[in-house]
Formats: sequence, structure tokens, C-alpha cells
Amino acid sequence: MTLTSEIIKVGIADVKTTVYPNTLKTSGLGSCVGLVLYDNKAKIAGLAHIMLPDSTVAKKDNQNRMKYADTAFEILLHNLLTSGASKANLKAKMAGGAHMFGFKSDNKMLRIGERNIEAIRVLLHHHHIPLISEDVGGNKGRTIVFDIDTSMLEIRTVNSGTKQI
Amino acid sequence: MTNLSELNQTHLDVLQEIGNIGAGNAATALSTLLNKQIDMSIPAIKILDFNQLMEYVGGPDTLIVTVFLRIQGEAPGTMFFVLSPDETSSLVQQLINDTSFTYEELLDTPLAFSAISEIGNILSGSYLSALSDFTSINMQPTVPTLVMDMAAAILMEGLAQISEDNDFAIVIDTMIEDTEKSTQTIKGHFFLLPDPESFTKIFKALGVYDR
Repeated sequence: MTLTSEIIKVGIADVKTTVYPNTLKTSGLGSCVGLVLYDNKAKIAGLAHIMLPDSTVAKKDNQNRMKYADTAFEILLHNLLTSGASKANLKAKMAGGAHMFGFKSDNKMLRIGERNIEAIRVLLHHHHIPLISEDVGGNKGRTIVFDIDTSMLEIRTVNSGTKQI
Repeated sequence: MTNLSELNQTHLDVLQEIGNIGAGNAATALSTLLNKQIDMSIPAIKILDFNQLMEYVGGPDTLIVTVFLRIQGEAPGTMFFVLSPDETSSLVQQLINDTSFTYEELLDTPLAFSAISEIGNILSGSYLSALSDFTSINMQPTVPTLVMDMAAAILMEGLAQISEDNDFAIVIDTMIEDTEKSTQTIKGHFFLLPDPESFTKIFKALGVYDR
């Protein structure tokens, strides 16, 4: 029997999980970070497209919880564990957190990429999930595709080609 | 004025007028620079969530050339002047008189890079100064930055401020275009995205036209 694989697209401020042989994809990460958590024994993986570091500073309720690192992480972890992943087997890869605009500014919103990355590192550390590889920072946009079978994360850019981590 | 249900036709008319005033002035500036007739479209006012905004510009990984700036002052917001790669090629060809130029060389050609930066600078400056005069709202642009990359990567970083408290953006989109039917057509989009708290200010400033 041939398994037909599907590309599961994850939008901006979105979280999705899927199983082998599907792949997960999110496009055009700038300061946003794409975080993949995967269990390579159960062949389950999830991808979150995170925009902002911290939900607790939001001034309003009723926001999309998948937008912020802390709440997106919670949703991603919950979805993986309820789909049969084991927390002890979870590993992480991430990409993004760039700084698209060259100019210096003390405006903290313009350092949003670094703050997203930092927030995710803290969460991974807190949950004892090892970060296997990352491609973060710089000043380029990234489109990422995660292959559950090989646990490889492919990163495509406009000016510096494609690589796998 | 961050509650969308409170936006009525008068509000939309005001936002459209903002697009008209700003882009009208920018079109005049570009027309003078290129010595060509430049037309502008009727401004489109779109209320879009972030994923819809990406579809609006052709998809999240569409390559775009953008001049980005933040508006500071009484009514803060974000502004993008967006060109497609092909439009960038033809604009640069006209500006530096080199018909062999293509956008792939943009980042490695300092003259082309600064020409496009300067165009973005002039056009967004004339857009904002017209707007500032018209509304009597103090608006100071930050130094514009030119970036060529994936649409979502560029736009979402520019929208970080807006996204902190909202899942949508109100986009005032105006297109300027040269009307001479040559092979080198230039179309540029202005996206003006006021921060949520700026709307009250803008509507109040233009309230005198409210009938």
C-alpha cells in the first residue's frame, strides 16, 4: 500500500500537528519563529508559527492564543500529547526570528525576532525538550518544511538558497 | 475606534480620502521625477486578518520589494511602498538609464539600491506630508528601509506593533501607475496601516467633513 502524503500548511499565528507521511510547512517567516516539536518514535510532529513572545502583555482578551510563544507552545504541546506523542521523546527544531529591517532603533517592537527566539528557548528549557538544531536570526525571510520521517527541517530563502537542519 | 462594528460608511469615506490625498501627492512627485504622466487608483480600504493580508499581496512567500517606515507622532502607524520585482526592474531602468538592469542585481548594485530607496523616500514623504497637512496631525516618518524578500517576512515584522493587540489590520491601499502605454509600466502600492489607537485621532481630525 502506498501512503499518500500531504503538505499541511500552517498559517501566521497558527498551530498544526500531523503524522507520518505528511509534512508540515509554513511560509515567509521573518521576525516570526517556526517551532517544530516532534516525536520520531511515534512519527508525530507539530508546527507553530509564532509572532510575539508573550501573551501576558496583551492589553485585550479574545486574542488568537496561537500568536504568542507561551500560549502557542501550550497548545502545540497539548495537541501532540493528546495525539499520542510521548513528552519524554519530544525534540525541537526552530527557524526564523530574523531582523528584516537594517536600521537601528530602540523601539523594542523592532527587535521582536530576538525576543521570540529567547521566549522559545526559555519554554523548551522549562519543559526539558532538547533543541536539536536551529536556523535563526539574520535578515532573511524563511519558508520551512518539516519531514516527519527523516526529522529534517528544510529551510528555503530568497537569496541564500535552501538547506536542511 | 478599534471596534470594527463601529466603522460606518463615513469612516470608510474618510479613510479613502486619506488614500487619495496621500497618493495624489506622491503621484505628482513621481510624475515630476520621471517626466511621465502618473495615474492613481481609487483607494481600497480593506480590513484583513494577517493571513488574508498575505493572500492580498499574492501569498506569504511572494517576492516583493518594499520601502518600509514607521509613522511616529500623534497618530502612529506603519507604511509600506510595495513594488513587484518586475516593476522594480523597470523603475530602476528608467531612473539610472540602464535597460539591462534586472531586480536580481538590486542588492549588488548600490546605485540601483539607492535609487529605489530614494524613490520610496520621496514618495512616502510626499504621501505623509500631504496627509499631515490635510489632517493637521503631526506625523514624523522614521528613516525608510528598503528590503527585497518574502512578503510575509517583511510585512509581519512591520506589523508587529499592530499585532500586539489586534488580529487584523485596516489597510488603505492606493496604486500609482504610469499611463503611457509603454513596455515599462510601473505600478506601486502604498499600504498605510494606522495603529489601532490612531483611528480615533484621524476621524476626529477629519470630523469637520462629517455630514
